[in-house]
Amino acid sequence: MGSIISVEHVGQSFGNHTIYTDVSFEVQSGEVFAILGGSGCGKSTLQRQMIGLLPPSSGVVRVLGHEMYPTDPAVLTRIGVMFQAGALFGSMTLLQNVMLPLEMHGDLPAEARAEIARVKLGLVGLSGAVALMPSEVSGGMSKRAAIARAMALDPPLLFLDEPSAGLDPITAAGLDRLILDLRDEMAITFVMVTHDLASILAVADRCIMLDAEKAGVIAEGDPRKLRDQDTNPVVHAFFHREMVKP
Amino acid sequence: MIAVPDPITAAGPARVKIEITGNGTTLSFSGALNVAGIAPLWHRVQHAASNVASNAAASTISPLTIDLAAVTSCDTAGAAMLLQAERNHSGPVTIRGAAQTVENVLARVRPAAELAPQGPPVVPPSWHAVIGSTMTAFGDGFVTLGEVATAMVRLPGRMRMFRLVDLLRAMDETGVQAIPLVVLLGTLIGLILAFQSLVPMQRYGAGIYVAELVSLGLVRELGPLLTAVVLAGRSGSAFAAEIGTMKVNQELDALSAMGVDSMTMLVLPRLSAAVLMMPVLTVLMELAGLLGMTLVLTGSGIAPVIVMHQVALALRPRDLIGGLCKAVLFGAVVALIGCRAGLSTGVGPRSVGRSATSAVVGGIVATIALDGLMAVLFYRLGL
Repeated sequence: MGSIISVEHVGQSFGNHTIYTDVSFEVQSGEVFAILGGSGCGKSTLQRQMIGLLPPSSGVVRVLGHEMYPTDPAVLTRIGVMFQAGALFGSMTLLQNVMLPLEMHGDLPAEARAEIARVKLGLVGLSGAVALMPSEVSGGMSKRAAIARAMALDPPLLFLDEPSAGLDPITAAGLDRLILDLRDEMAITFVMVTHDLASILAVADRCIMLDAEKAGVIAEGDPRKLRDQDTNPVVHAFFHREMVKP
Repeated sequence: MIAVPDPITAAGPARVKIEITGNGTTLSFSGALNVAGIAPLWHRVQHAASNVASNAAASTISPLTIDLAAVTSCDTAGAAMLLQAERNHSGPVTIRGAAQTVENVLARVRPAAELAPQGPPVVPPSWHAVIGSTMTAFGDGFVTLGEVATAMVRLPGRMRMFRLVDLLRAMDETGVQAIPLVVLLGTLIGLILAFQSLVPMQRYGAGIYVAELVSLGLVRELGPLLTAVVLAGRSGSAFAAEIGTMKVNQELDALSAMGVDSMTMLVLPRLSAAVLMMPVLTVLMELAGLLGMTLVLTGSGIAPVIVMHQVALALRPRDLIGGLCKAVLFGAVVALIGCRAGLSTGVGPRSVGRSATSAVVGGIVATIALDGLMAVLFYRLGL
């Protein structure tokens, strides 16, 4: 195992408002890495910096050995991103959504693209929904289809933004199982932004926790150990669903 | 920090060797079977697997062997290719020599590949279904009309839902912001009409009557009609897109859940704004048209005072009033069609675009049809 992502002294400000400063961590190949924290601490902002959508105010982000800014388009074909609401294209069927990255990159014949897209949808349990439009499927199915699209080019690295948000516990558990299966069987590395405690404890190998007040990382490590051992009151409150004592 | 090989930009060296013998066919793969490397192999592999199957039908069942001993890695795309070849072959298939990692990927992908259906066939709608849906849409238009009428009747008891700020904003967007476009179009229309009429009319020494011709045409027909087209293009589409987006975002559901009537809160301000601003815009369009016409006629040697005299002779108050009545009616129709298109928006961003298109097309078609009806009506009434 080696590091697949390296975030070095990264900071982000919007005008005079500082979201975080001096954030550094590494993500190892083959692990499920979670970015945790309360609302407004900059979890999604940090992920946007890792996927090439937001140049950091300071610091360096390296993904798959490449600096992300300026972004090398080739790197973007080696990462997959599942956005919080799925971001499926409403004018295309689920199959066409998954076929799109294959059409845009590579020279696969149309028949091969369709077959591969069908297989990807099958992998996420949507074999029977290939011809449906995004508007015709549930939230959980949308998220699964979005994962299938993110996996279209078989990237070694997938970013998931709030994968279990808005899902019922059974569907969320199914999604957790899918993440673990894909990690174990396809050796995919996952970086996920979430504040779903059950999901964090079920799938994450390591995590960092951001805090809006400290404007940076307040904890890093195995989430189960952080839950049981960390003495930081914010970390303790997060893992035990408690109010932070003033 | 590890650098992961990039199979897109540096395609993996995937290879296949096809050997056909009396004992069957062997597909020997080597290299990385990944999404970038398999493109040149796909058709060859499927073709070879299918040929084996068709040969088998002619004689004995011929086995297919897929040798993966030299495969260094395999992703889900590579597995999809292998498994489709396996499915394309009707005889026995043996997969041999696969490394444990490749076997794992094949095992993971196999159930998904076997389950993957083609989806139901797309059946085009029959002609009676098309007619039926058209009639339903036509009927829905009357339902909307009834709902708006009901909302107007109930308005005194629901005045707090009719927000003045929404009315003023709609008047600004529908009317004030449209003034430059209306004036520009009016001037150009006046210029063009006068110029095109002047050339043949002057041949008969009737150039002076161009003023009557153009002014009458502008005030009775073209002024209201062209203003309505502008309104449909600018505001009808905007109404549809705005209300349609609100529907997609469940804002209309939120209004209903709060006990707020969306007809009163969303449709009536826009309808009122269109009805109030259309006559103003129409008058501006007509004045700009008369100005354009005057410029052309003055340029051809007819004094402005004579042009104005001819216009005053041609136009009667009932022409102006008739034109303004049309403007009010056209404004109401365009606003209603735009709002209805927004309210009937389906799900997703595409349906918002569809609503905006139907608002513009519906608004223009309805306006022209109404103009024809009113022309007949005015003729019958001797107006």
